[in-house]
Amino acid sequence: MSTGNTILEAKGLSKSFGAVTAAKDINILVHEGEIVGVIGSNGAGKTTFINMVTGYLKPTTGTITFRGSDITGLLPRQVVRTGVCRSFQVSQLFRELTVLEHMLIAIGMMRAHRLSWLAPLHTPEHERHAREMLARYTIEQHAGAVVSTLPQGVRKLLDIAMATVAEPALLLLDEPTSGVAIEEKFPLMQTVMGQIVASKAACLFVEHDMEIVEGYAHRVIAFYEGRVLADGPVKDVLANDEVRKYVIGSEIHREKEKA
Amino acid sequence: MLRDRSTLALAIVMVALVVAGPFLPAWLRFVGTVALANALAVLGLLLLIRTGLVSFGQGLYYCIGGYAAGVGGKDLGLTDAFALLALGIVASGIISAILGLLLCRYREIFFAMFSMAFSMILYGLLSKSQKLGSTDGFNVVTPTFLGYAPDGANVKVWVFGLAVVLAFGVGIVLHQHLRSGMGYASEAVRDNEIRVEYLGVSAQYVVWWKYVLAAVLAALGGGIQALASGHVGPEMAYWTTSGEFVFIALLGGTAHVGAIISAAVIFEFIKTWVTQISPYTWQMFLGIVLLVIIMFLPKGLWSLLARMRRAS
Repeated sequence: MSTGNTILEAKGLSKSFGAVTAAKDINILVHEGEIVGVIGSNGAGKTTFINMVTGYLKPTTGTITFRGSDITGLLPRQVVRTGVCRSFQVSQLFRELTVLEHMLIAIGMMRAHRLSWLAPLHTPEHERHAREMLARYTIEQHAGAVVSTLPQGVRKLLDIAMATVAEPALLLLDEPTSGVAIEEKFPLMQTVMGQIVASKAACLFVEHDMEIVEGYAHRVIAFYEGRVLADGPVKDVLANDEVRKYVIGSEIHREKEKA
Repeated sequence: MLRDRSTLALAIVMVALVVAGPFLPAWLRFVGTVALANALAVLGLLLLIRTGLVSFGQGLYYCIGGYAAGVGGKDLGLTDAFALLALGIVASGIISAILGLLLCRYREIFFAMFSMAFSMILYGLLSKSQKLGSTDGFNVVTPTFLGYAPDGANVKVWVFGLAVVLAFGVGIVLHQHLRSGMGYASEAVRDNEIRVEYLGVSAQYVVWWKYVLAAVLAALGGGIQALASGHVGPEMAYWTTSGEFVFIALLGGTAHVGAIISAAVIFEFIKTWVTQISPYTWQMFLGIVLLVIIMFLPKGLWSLLARMRRAS
């Protein structure tokens, strides 16, 4: 495990919606090239944290610093331009467009400083780049398919592939394996993490499956009721009494409920 | 991928129509000119529909384009067709740029109703304005063309030619635009704005631009209509005018600019023909046509063509 300098620093982040506190005094550091697993039951504040970092929600208090500059309160489209990208728990795609068109749009929007008015988006060069990205995420065979016809696993991979077009320095994955069939979870993570490690980006991923967390994370952060309950090496956090009681316990129950 | 022959096809039809113009019977030329004026407005609407927005208020800019041409002749002493159309472009551009700041924040029914409300405000203002002929409107000057003043019936031939060149010219440019980055951005905004924002692009920026472009095209259409009929009236801003544009878009489908131009022509001919055989029931007839289209061809007449191509 090799980690470099701090790239993300969240200091004293809180978010409340009226009387409901979704996040309370969250302090998190992420280092260059680090893979961080985030665990916690539903409503623990994991997605709220990602939403605050990527500008979807404005924190009530606290600051977010990315590579030395304050990105607190920036809009999502400004945050992604700084090099922080995300994927979504429910993949956010263009329902009537094909997989290839998704990548072309992502390339057109993230790579160009200004969208063209007349020059075609679908150039041989863009297509080559798009197909190469799709191949890396093992979904090139679906290039011509309209996304609403595709299984969840493919959609999730496409969602993540689109988020990595800009070659972000920090990638936040919100439950990359949710909604994916159990037997597809590990191959999906294998593909995604392989790409992230190769790109040397730091990654923070939300995950409910402890085996996956153990398999890919360098470090784990456990959320509980809007707070950070524990933050440290995978073994320590997963062995932490409070984490076992409040987080993993509930995960086991979840699995049982499903079964 | 099939080679795209659309641009060539549009250019050929354009040239053919310009050449045929002087030989067409006057009634046909007039119906054609009006159809192409509408086509320009609906080509603008196409941009909005592809962005997921249905405007029931394109009549606002159609009317502004018409009145700008009228006022340019009546009060500014202009006769040049290009100058008269340019007035409409400038006026609609400025007004849409301002209204667009508000409208780009709204979607779906709210966008539709807001856009309609603004066109009805203009209708109300013009109906009360003595100086602009209130509900009767006023006559528009006979245009000249860059210093050339065709005599009598020839003017209409020139207006027809201008309508053809503008409608097909805009069609060719838009066909190119639909496949550009900004063109795809429309569909992206229609399908998922959150994703668009996370790709670093403002959905409102996209909507604002499409709104302004749609307005300018509607104004061009209105200007042509004014020059062709020699008259403008407040009904150009009435919601039924805007409704006709939406009707044409549904009739043709939004897959291709050719669908819009053909639908505008078919619409105008059906309307003319049915009005002649049964003057008081043409709306009913069009209503039935619309019903049939929505039930059997929800993607418009153009989808028939695509279906035939797939079958062969």
